[in-house]
Amino acid sequence: MIQLITTILAITLRAGTSLVYATIGEIYTENSGILNLGVEGTMFLSAVSAFAVAYYSGNVWLGFLVAMLVGGVLGALHAFLSVTMRANQVVSGLSITLFGTGLASFLGQRLGPAENNFNLAGISGPRLTIQAIIGLNKIPVLGALFSQDLITYSTYLLIPIAWYYLYKTRNGLNLRAVGESPITAEAMGINVVKTRYLYTIIGGILIGLGGAHLTLSYTPGWTDNITGGRGWIVIALVIFAMWNPARAVLGAILFGGINAIQFRLQAVGATIPSSFLNMFPYLATILVLIIMTWWETLSKRLGAPAALSIPYMREDK
Amino acid sequence: MRLILEKRKATSQKAFYIVPIVSFIVALILGAILLLITGVSPIKTYAAMVKGTFGSMHVFSETLVKATPLMLTGLGVATAFRMRFWNIGAEGQFVFGGIAGAGIALFFNDFISSWLVLPAVIIGGMVAGALWASIPAALNAYLGVNETLTSLMLNYVAVLFASYLYYGPWRDQQGFGFPGTARFSEEAWLPRIFGRVHFGIIFAIIVAIILWFIFNRTRWGFELKVIGENKVAAKYLGIKISKNIVLALLLSGAISGLGGASEVAGISRRLQAGLAVGHGYTAIIVAWLAQLNPIAVIFVAILMGALLVGGDQVQLMMGLPAAVGLVLQGLILFPMLAGSLFTEYRLKIIRPEKIVAGKIESEA
Amino acid sequence: MNSLSSKIILEMRNITKHFPGVVANENINLTLYNGEILALLGENGAGKSTLMNILCGLYRQDEGEILLRGEPVQINFPRDAAELGIGMVHQNFMLVPRMTVAENIILGMSSLPFVPDMKEISVRISELSEQYRLKVDPNAYIWQLSVGEQQRVEILKLIYRGAEILILDEPTAVLTPQESQELHDVLKIMTAEGKSAIFITHKMEEVMIFSERVMVLQKGKLKATLKTTETSPQELARLMVGRPVLFRLEKEEQQPGDAILKLEKISAKDDKGLSALEELSLTIHCGEILGIAGVAGNGQDQLAEVITGLRKPTSGVITFSGEDVTGKDPLGMIKAGISFIPADRIGMGIAGNMAISDNLIMKSYRDEPITSKGVIKPKNIVDFANRLVNLFKITTPTLKTSVKFLSGGNIQKTILAREIDACNGLLVAMYPSRGLDVGATESVRNLLLDQRNQGVGVLLISEDLDELTSIADRIAVLFEGRIMGIVNSEDADTEMLGLMTAGVSIDELERDVQTMSDATME
Repeated sequence: MIQLITTILAITLRAGTSLVYATIGEIYTENSGILNLGVEGTMFLSAVSAFAVAYYSGNVWLGFLVAMLVGGVLGALHAFLSVTMRANQVVSGLSITLFGTGLASFLGQRLGPAENNFNLAGISGPRLTIQAIIGLNKIPVLGALFSQDLITYSTYLLIPIAWYYLYKTRNGLNLRAVGESPITAEAMGINVVKTRYLYTIIGGILIGLGGAHLTLSYTPGWTDNITGGRGWIVIALVIFAMWNPARAVLGAILFGGINAIQFRLQAVGATIPSSFLNMFPYLATILVLIIMTWWETLSKRLGAPAALSIPYMREDK
Repeated sequence: MRLILEKRKATSQKAFYIVPIVSFIVALILGAILLLITGVSPIKTYAAMVKGTFGSMHVFSETLVKATPLMLTGLGVATAFRMRFWNIGAEGQFVFGGIAGAGIALFFNDFISSWLVLPAVIIGGMVAGALWASIPAALNAYLGVNETLTSLMLNYVAVLFASYLYYGPWRDQQGFGFPGTARFSEEAWLPRIFGRVHFGIIFAIIVAIILWFIFNRTRWGFELKVIGENKVAAKYLGIKISKNIVLALLLSGAISGLGGASEVAGISRRLQAGLAVGHGYTAIIVAWLAQLNPIAVIFVAILMGALLVGGDQVQLMMGLPAAVGLVLQGLILFPMLAGSLFTEYRLKIIRPEKIVAGKIESEA
Repeated sequence: MNSLSSKIILEMRNITKHFPGVVANENINLTLYNGEILALLGENGAGKSTLMNILCGLYRQDEGEILLRGEPVQINFPRDAAELGIGMVHQNFMLVPRMTVAENIILGMSSLPFVPDMKEISVRISELSEQYRLKVDPNAYIWQLSVGEQQRVEILKLIYRGAEILILDEPTAVLTPQESQELHDVLKIMTAEGKSAIFITHKMEEVMIFSERVMVLQKGKLKATLKTTETSPQELARLMVGRPVLFRLEKEEQQPGDAILKLEKISAKDDKGLSALEELSLTIHCGEILGIAGVAGNGQDQLAEVITGLRKPTSGVITFSGEDVTGKDPLGMIKAGISFIPADRIGMGIAGNMAISDNLIMKSYRDEPITSKGVIKPKNIVDFANRLVNLFKITTPTLKTSVKFLSGGNIQKTILAREIDACNGLLVAMYPSRGLDVGATESVRNLLLDQRNQGVGVLLISEDLDELTSIADRIAVLFEGRIMGIVNSEDADTEMLGLMTAGVSIDELERDVQTMSDATME
C-alpha cells in the first residue's frame, strides 16, 4: 500500500512538472493583465522543437534551451499583438494555439529521420534521467520527492522563488499593480507596456520549458497528442491557484494526481469512470470562480487581476 | 525621429478591405517560406490544396461537411460576441447539443412516433446548447463572474461528460473496439443532400439569414448592439441589460447546440470520439474574421473548412502532413490581428524639429 | 530683502496657458510662503486646475516662469515636480484597491531596494501618520478604507516621498463634515512642520476656515490676492463671480403654464448610501426653464436620476402631467415623455462606435415610423435621421459616420436632437454646454429656449451662473440636497447666487440686504 502511494506520488510529481512550469508562466503573464490562451500551442511547438533539437544534437539541454526560445518568441508575438496592436487577446491567444498546434503537428511529421519516414514519432531520443538522491529516496512516501529528474527538482525551487518574487519584491509589486490598475501604475511611473511585454515573454519561456519536459522526460519522445490538452488545463490551474504561484502546486498535484490515479485504477480494475474523475478539477475551478466573485471580501483580496484582458491605451499628452 | 500611432478621424474604409487581402497574401508568403524550409514546393502544395477543396464535387462536398459545424458554432459565437459577451463556450454547447441529440435518438425513439424523432433530436440539441450557455450567462449577468473563464471551464466538463457517456453507460456493447454509442435507428438520421453534406448546412444558411434579420431589422437586435457598444447608455435608454444578456446567450447556445445535434445525426449517427475536435474554438476565429456578420460567417466557415480539407488532400496527394491547413489558418490570423489596428490608427512620423520649435516658442 | 520675502518658497510669475479656443490662465502671479495654506478660489473653468497642473508637471506653461526658493525651475514632467518636492492629491485617487496602504505608498518608487523591508516601511508610515494625524493602518487594503481614509493615504504618499509643497484639488468634495475638520487639523500640523499647501476650491466657507491667504481667479485672470482675515464671503463671492450679466438672451414674455413636473418631499441616497436629496420639493411649469444652480456634488446627479428613472427615491412623490411616476424605471419615464440630456455626453449619451443615424433613433426605434410590425425599416431610419440632422444643423460627413468622430458640439446636438424629438413635456438638461466652444454653446442655449417657447418644461442643471441667468426663467439653488431658495432670474445677480451655492440661505441674504440698505439710508 505504502509502495502504491509512493509510486503515485512519484508519477504525480513527474506529470505535474510541466504543469507547474507552464502554470507559473501563465500566472505571471496574467498578473500583468494579459490573458494568453496560446498555452496549448506554445507547449506543443516547444515540445516538438525540444525533441527534434535534442535528437539531432544528442544534447538534452540544448533541447530545453530551444524550447525556451520558442516559448519566448510565441510569447513575444502574443504581446506584440495584444499590447502594441491592441488586438483582441482571446483571438490572438487562440490563433497562437491554432498555429502552434498545427505547426507542431506538421514538423512532427517532417523533421524526423528519413529511416522513420521523416516522422518524429516512435523514435527514441535523449532524455533526462532520474537522478535519485541516495538515501533520501528510500524514505517511505516522501522518497518519491527525491527520485526525480533535474527539471522536476528545479520546480521545488521555482515555486518558492516565483512566490517570493511576486509578493516580496519591488518588481513583483509593480507587476501586480500593472494587472490591477494600469492607469495608477503608469501614474506612479511604471511603464505598463514594457511590463506586459516582459512578463508575457517570460511566461512563454516557462511554458516552453514545460512543454519540453513532456518530450524530454515525462513521455518521453514525441507523439501527435503529446500535450493531451495540458495547455487548457493550465488556464484552469491559474484560476484555481487564484493567480498565486504557491497555490499552483496544489492544482498541479490535483490535476497531475488524477492522471496518475486513473492510470493505476484502471490497472486495478476500479470502476470510477476516468472521465468523470477528470471533470472534477474543472467543476472545482468554476466553483472557485463563483465563490471568489460572489464573496465580497474574498474577491477583493483574491480575484482575477482587475485589468485582465482589457487592452491598455496610453494617453498622449 | 519617432514613429507614433495616431488615432484616425474616421474609420478607414480602405483599411477595411486592404487588411484581409494583405493578410491573406502575407500568410501565403509565410507559408511558402515554411514549406521551402522543409523542402517542399509551395506552388505544388497550394495547387494541391485548391484542387483538393474545390477541384471536384466530391472534395467540395467534403469541404462543406467540414464547414457546416463551423458555420453553426460560428453563428452562435457571433450572436454572443455582438454584445461583447466573450462566450468561448461554443465547444461545450456544441458537444452538449450532440449529447442531447444522441440521448433522444437512442432512448426516446420508443416513446414518440417515428416522424417526430428527428425533430426531437434537433430541438433537443438546441435546448441543451441553450441550457449549457445559460450557466455562464446567468453567472455573469447576476453575479458578475467573468464569462470567458466560466464558459471555458464548462467546455472541458461537456467534453469529459460526453466521453464518460460513450465509454460508460451509453457504450455500444457490440462495438468493435471503436468506443461510442450504438448507431441510431434510421428515423433519427439527418438526411444527406449530396455526398456527406447533410441538412445541417441548410439549417446553417437559414439561421444565418434569420440572425442577419434579427441583428439588422429588429428592435431586439438593435438593443443587443447598443448593449455591446455602451452598457451605460443602454441602461439610460431603458434597455434591460441582464435579461437581454441571458436571452442572447440562450440563442447563442441553441445555435451551437443545433450544430452538435446536426453533426451527430448527420455524419456519425452515433455519439463517439471525434465530435469534440475544437470546432468551438475555430468558430471564435471564424466569427471574428467575419466581423460578426452572419452571412460572412457562412463564407468564412467554408474558407476555414477548405483549409482543413485541403490539408487532408495534401496529405493524400503529396504525403505532406495534413496540418498544413492548420498552419495556414494560423498564419492568416496574425497579420489580420495586427492589421485590424490600422482601421482605427495611422502611423505617423514625428520629426525632431517640431519638438524643438515648441520649446523655442515658449521661451520667447 | 525683508523677513517676509525670505520665507517665500514658491513663485509663479506671469503664467499664461492657452488651449484651443480659450485662454485658461492669463498672466497669473502666485506667491506661496513657507508654512502657509493658500486657497485658490474660483468657479469651474476659472483656471485653478490648469494652474496647478502646470505646477505639478502635467501641463507646460506657454509663458511665464516658476521659481522655487528663489531659483528658476523647469517642470516638464510629473517626475520633475516630484523631485522638486511638489505633489498633488487629485480628486480621483490614484490607488490600487487590492493592495495595502503601504504597498500603494511605495509603488513605483525608484529608491526602493529590490526586496523592500515592509516592516520598516510600515513603521515609517505609522510614524508619519502619527506625526501628521493621518490615522491609517499601513496594512489595511485600500478597498477597506473610507473615502476620507483613502485621501489620507494619498497625502501620506506625498509626504513619504518627500513632498514639501502639497496641492490639494477640491479636497473636501468627498469628505463628511467630520472628515473635513480632521483634514483641517492635518493641514495645520503639516504647515507647522514647515510644509506648505495650496488647495483648490470653490467653497467660500472652506476658504474662510482653512486658509491664511486666498487667490481668486475668474475666467483665467487673477482678480485678487487677499489675507483671509481681511476679507469676507461676500467680498469673495463678488470677486469670484461678480460681473455684469452680459448675455441675457432675448426671451419672449411667457406666462408659464400648468405644472408639468412636481417633486414633493423627495429624498434619495447616493451610491455610497449617504443622503443626497433631503425632502426636496419643486415644481416646473410648461413653457418655463427652471435652472438648478449649485456646485457639483450637492445632489444634482441624484436629482436628475430620480426624475429620469435611473434611481428610486427613498420617499416622496413625483408627479408628471398629473400622473404619479415615482420610482418608475428609465423606460417608464421615457414612455411618459421625459427626455434627458446627460452630463456625461460620451459615456452615457451616445454609443460612440455606432452611426449617427443609429444614435438618433435610440429613443424612437421602438415605434413607428422606424419600426412597423416589428420590423425596422432602414429607409425610415434614413428619413428620420436626415430630418433631425437638417433641423438641428448637425455637421457630419455622412449619416453612417461613427458619432465619436464628430466635434463635441455636434455630439451634443445629436443628443439634443434625439431627446427633443422624443420629448413629451419635460426636458432635463445637465451641464449641457460643458466643454463646448462659444458657437456650440450658443446653439445649445437657443435650442433649449426654443423648447421653452413651444411650451416644453425644461429643467436646466448647470454650474455656469451666466448660463442660468441668461436663459432660465427661475433659478433654484441646490446645496447639500436642499433647495436654498428660488428666485426669478431677472431679479437674481450672480453674487447672490454665488453665495447661495455656498450654503447661505436666501433668508440670510435678504436680511443682509436689508441691513445694508438700512445702513446706507442713515
